[in-house]
Amino acid sequence: MTTQYLILSGLLFAIGAMGVLIRRNAIVVFMCVELMLNACNLAFVTFARQVGNLEGQIIAFFVMVVAAAEVVVGLAIIVTIFRTRRSASVDDANLLKY
Amino acid sequence: MESPVEIVQHTAGGVIGLSWLMIVLPLLGAAILLVLGRKTNRWGHLLGVAMSLASFVVAVLGFFALIGLPDDQRRQAVHLYEFIPGMVDMGLLIDPLSISFALLITGVGSLIHIYSIGYMAHDPDRRRFFAYLNLFVAAMLLLVLSDNYVGLFIGWEGVGLASYLLIGFWQFKPSAAVAAKKAFIVNRVGDFGLLVGMFIIWTSFGTLAFGDLGAKVNGVQDGTTLAIGLLLLLGACGKSAQLPLQSWLLDAMEGPTPVSALIHAATMVTAGVYLVVRSGAFFFPEGSTAALAVAIVGAATLLAGAIIGCAKDDIKKGLAGSTMSQIGYMMLGAGLGPAGYAFAIGHLITHGFFKADMFLGAGSVMHGMNDEVNMRKYGGLRKYMPITFVTFIVGYLAIIGFPLLSGYFTKDGIIETAVHHQPVLGWLAVAGAGITGFYMSRMIFMTFFGEKRWDADAHPHESPAVMTVPLIILSIGSIFLGGYLILSNTLMKFLAPAVGRPTDLPVFHFASVPGLATLALVAVGAGFAWFRYGRAEVPVVAPRGSFVTTFARRDLYGDALNESLFMRPGQWLTRIAVFFDNRGIDGVVNGLAAGIGGTSGRLRRLQTGFARTYALSILIGAALLTGALLLVGNI
Amino acid sequence: MSSLWLPILMVVPVLGAIVVALLPKGSDKLAKQVTLAVSLVVLVLTLVMAFQFPSASGDRFKFEAVYDWIPSFGVHFGVGVDGIALVLIALSAVLVPIVVLASWHDADGVRTADGTLITPKRSVKTYFSLLLVLEAMMIGVFAATDVFLFYVFFEAMLIPMYFMIGSYGGAQRSYAAVKFLLYSLFGGLLMLVAVIGLYVVAGKGTFMFPELVGVIQDPATQKWLFAGFFIAFAIKAPLWPVHTWLPDAAAQAPAGAAVLLVGVLDKVGTFGMLRFCLELFPDAAKAFTMPIVVLAVISIIYGAIVAIGQSDMKRLIAYTSISHFGFIVLGVFAMSQVAQAGAALYMVNHGFATGALFLAAGFLISRRGSPHIADYGGVQKVAPLLAGFFLVAGLAGLSLPGLSSFVSEFMVMIGAYSSTAFGSGALSVAAGISALAVILAAVYILWMVQRTLNGPTAEPVKAFKDLNVREILVLAPLVALIIGFGFYPKPLLDVINPTVTQTLVNVQVDNPAIAEKGAGQ
Repeated sequence: MTTQYLILSGLLFAIGAMGVLIRRNAIVVFMCVELMLNACNLAFVTFARQVGNLEGQIIAFFVMVVAAAEVVVGLAIIVTIFRTRRSASVDDANLLKY
Repeated sequence: MESPVEIVQHTAGGVIGLSWLMIVLPLLGAAILLVLGRKTNRWGHLLGVAMSLASFVVAVLGFFALIGLPDDQRRQAVHLYEFIPGMVDMGLLIDPLSISFALLITGVGSLIHIYSIGYMAHDPDRRRFFAYLNLFVAAMLLLVLSDNYVGLFIGWEGVGLASYLLIGFWQFKPSAAVAAKKAFIVNRVGDFGLLVGMFIIWTSFGTLAFGDLGAKVNGVQDGTTLAIGLLLLLGACGKSAQLPLQSWLLDAMEGPTPVSALIHAATMVTAGVYLVVRSGAFFFPEGSTAALAVAIVGAATLLAGAIIGCAKDDIKKGLAGSTMSQIGYMMLGAGLGPAGYAFAIGHLITHGFFKADMFLGAGSVMHGMNDEVNMRKYGGLRKYMPITFVTFIVGYLAIIGFPLLSGYFTKDGIIETAVHHQPVLGWLAVAGAGITGFYMSRMIFMTFFGEKRWDADAHPHESPAVMTVPLIILSIGSIFLGGYLILSNTLMKFLAPAVGRPTDLPVFHFASVPGLATLALVAVGAGFAWFRYGRAEVPVVAPRGSFVTTFARRDLYGDALNESLFMRPGQWLTRIAVFFDNRGIDGVVNGLAAGIGGTSGRLRRLQTGFARTYALSILIGAALLTGALLLVGNI
Repeated sequence: MSSLWLPILMVVPVLGAIVVALLPKGSDKLAKQVTLAVSLVVLVLTLVMAFQFPSASGDRFKFEAVYDWIPSFGVHFGVGVDGIALVLIALSAVLVPIVVLASWHDADGVRTADGTLITPKRSVKTYFSLLLVLEAMMIGVFAATDVFLFYVFFEAMLIPMYFMIGSYGGAQRSYAAVKFLLYSLFGGLLMLVAVIGLYVVAGKGTFMFPELVGVIQDPATQKWLFAGFFIAFAIKAPLWPVHTWLPDAAAQAPAGAAVLLVGVLDKVGTFGMLRFCLELFPDAAKAFTMPIVVLAVISIIYGAIVAIGQSDMKRLIAYTSISHFGFIVLGVFAMSQVAQAGAALYMVNHGFATGALFLAAGFLISRRGSPHIADYGGVQKVAPLLAGFFLVAGLAGLSLPGLSSFVSEFMVMIGAYSSTAFGSGALSVAAGISALAVILAAVYILWMVQRTLNGPTAEPVKAFKDLNVREILVLAPLVALIIGFGFYPKPLLDVINPTVTQTLVNVQVDNPAIAEKGAGQ
């Protein structure tokens, strides 16, 4: 069973990563990041179940909490950027360079 | 031969103990005139003359105090103060040699001071002129009175400075400024020799004082003393305008004429002779290679100077060539050991009189001729300036060695001694005397005889008494001094405690072979000059002349040689060095800075501002790390 | 037993700097007066201290004061002076009031004779308080007897000088200031490494100089530590080939700052060589003597040749200084009494001579607004006093006998020539070659004099005013010192000589008395 879960986790992570790299819309990129985080959660939980202790489960909760906080801040930033620049494209926000 | 080495120095008291006043008085004069500046314009020249005369009085008193002492006490040391602790003290050495120089410097110097009152009367900067003259007298006295090489060197450079300031006195003329600079720099080449000579003296003998050197050197001659001798000779060549460092003297005539008389004829340029004679017992003993080198340099220069003198139309440059030549005679004499010293110093003293006489005479002529120096524009001046004419003629007769005048005794003494010791050089000196007869007669004929060739606006007139009285005094010296000094060996006996003397005192022959040959050649030279410039008309524009004339007019290509050997390569070297410094060394430094700056500028470009690029690089980085860990097999 | 002299000498200018900085806006004139007063107080205190020096107690270091600073590392605030440090502190104390007077209007915005503004108005208070801070640090760096404290002052000195060049300098001031800072920091960091290395290897748990002398024995260690110190000092001095910051810094700095930079700050380099490189690492110093002497001789000749080719007065003077620093380094490493005493004396004399030359050149430049020699000509005719002072300063630069720099140059050369410390003729050859510089010196100085002072008066020069009273007060004391010490250097040499003897004993040159007198004795 473990293998299948891990393969799923890897697939989800790859999809998320590709989404981050390919998509321009900030909201989609953001959701792809969430997808990667959840892929990790799945892997943690899988290993926790296989090894038979609770550390992986606990880490998964931590990740969820952090992700929730991140959603709050991240979405706020995206909304603010959209308000000021009329665009939610990550490529348009490239002022912080050189 | 009696050597001066064994004679002990005595600590001086009395008048001799006060001889530092000789130096301090004119120095004080210079300081007052320079510090108070324009406020002293009204009486500055009088102060200058007074200080110089006061110095002369001290010198005369010192002289009489000295001859009042027995022979073996005539080396008096005046200790002043500790200069460089453990190395050298400031002190004066009053002996017959130094007091002779002091008398010449302050005596002739005072006359020239007085003359300058008239000569510089119309110059707005006359006060500054007297300040420099006083500075010169002080420095020259320090040079000859010091009891060690360091003090001598301070005076040596001091007279160089005074000479620089006075040649460039009319510094607004670019030619004067260049001539002043050239004189200083060429002299510095000689100073280099003197400096390194002092290094070796100190290293080898542990002292720089004349009084201690005798015992330390102890008559030993080896490679060290030869090296010292040659280096000191280089110094002497610079100061005394001897070959190969002669080129500055002719240009130095840019200075006011009294300067040419005092510094570039009577006193400063003879400092080289003083140096050789003073060091003679240690480094130029009779028969040594160094002494031979001195004699050769002297003989070569006496001919070169005479040849240059033949072709000059500028009266001052003609006299300058003659000065070179006469100092060549003195050097020749100084290279012959104690037998020649008395004649060298004697010629130095009489030359100081007759050459100053002629230079001041030339100044008097220029004074009456709107500062014209070209002899082709003179002619027939004897009627208009009788006193100048007569005094000039006296100087002329003295320099060509007319029997019984000063120059006759001293120059003949050198020639005879030279023929006796170094026959080849001696006969060259005879030839030089013949050329002297020619160029000096040429000068007389072109200036005082023949037709008027003046410019329309020239109104020649005799100079005021303040200028002619010094001329008269100098010409009296030019007549009698030589006979007094040389006949019955007065000077040789007087100088013996300082420089030693030959065991057999020479007897002056009025009819020796070299003496008669000299007279004959001088007569031929004078006759030829009369034939060319007395009887024939002198063209106002100089004719082109032969190859030899051009050679002499160009100062035997001395300047051209210096220019192509030193100046141009030096300029190239300077340019290359500056380029190397800016582009090479600084280029490396700035290149390094630019390299670091450029690299960081390029690396900066990686921060594109695109979040997705960063994400990709994070991914690649993570993948690479994982891959690396897998490869190492530690996972 | 600690003496308060040196701490007071440092505290007074610092307090003065604070007062000047806190003065209300618009009190520029008061700021200048306070600065001048404070620097004169420091001068008087220094002179009183100097006159007490011969009778003061203490073996080598007198007026010692040692306080704990960072006890856990054995760092002390330790100060004290020997003869050489004393004359250098006196040099700083003499130069600062002169520089204050000379820079009186430098921050006000300088106008040329025809009214063009060449430097804009800047903060006067900042300039003068920086000057006082710098004075405290200059005194500190010469007085420090703790190696770490010396390092701190060595680096901290850069800060006020950086701002004085960078904010008050000429057109390319920021380039020059950054170059100066980077060069010095590079050397300083190497020195820091060596200082820490010295502390660790010595294992004494202290940075106090007297306790570290003779502690490092291993030759290889000595060489590494020596190199760290020497490179820092060679950059500071500056020695060829790490000299190129000096012409830029000196040319861009205001004349007063240039005087302190070349006259005092650079002396820290040669002072450090004499005290730290030689005494802490004697074997390494002897091993490296020949290469260093070669560098010194190159500096002497090369600096002089490049100086001849300069078209900018201040750069020219800076290059002459590179030549003169070559002489000082030659004297330090010739390892003979005469040469080292000459080198120490040279440090003082060079401060006066180059100071006078920079200031006189600064007065010329402030009238014409250009440092280019070609823009001048015939100054003598319109401003004879200025020309006279410029000439005397120039003559001091070419070491004319009778002026102070001659004595020291002569001592360095004759001491190097006669040094048999290493039984070789190499030092004699070095001295002989360096004597050629007397010819080159005449060329660079007199050619500059000819082009600026002599000849027909250039059109813009005709409007020049001669020196005013303030400017005469700046130059006259320097010229008096130059002439005075030229004829009577004994007071300085009497103070310097015992310290040099002590140094040579610590360097273990076999019997310096013989090394100095040569074989002919």
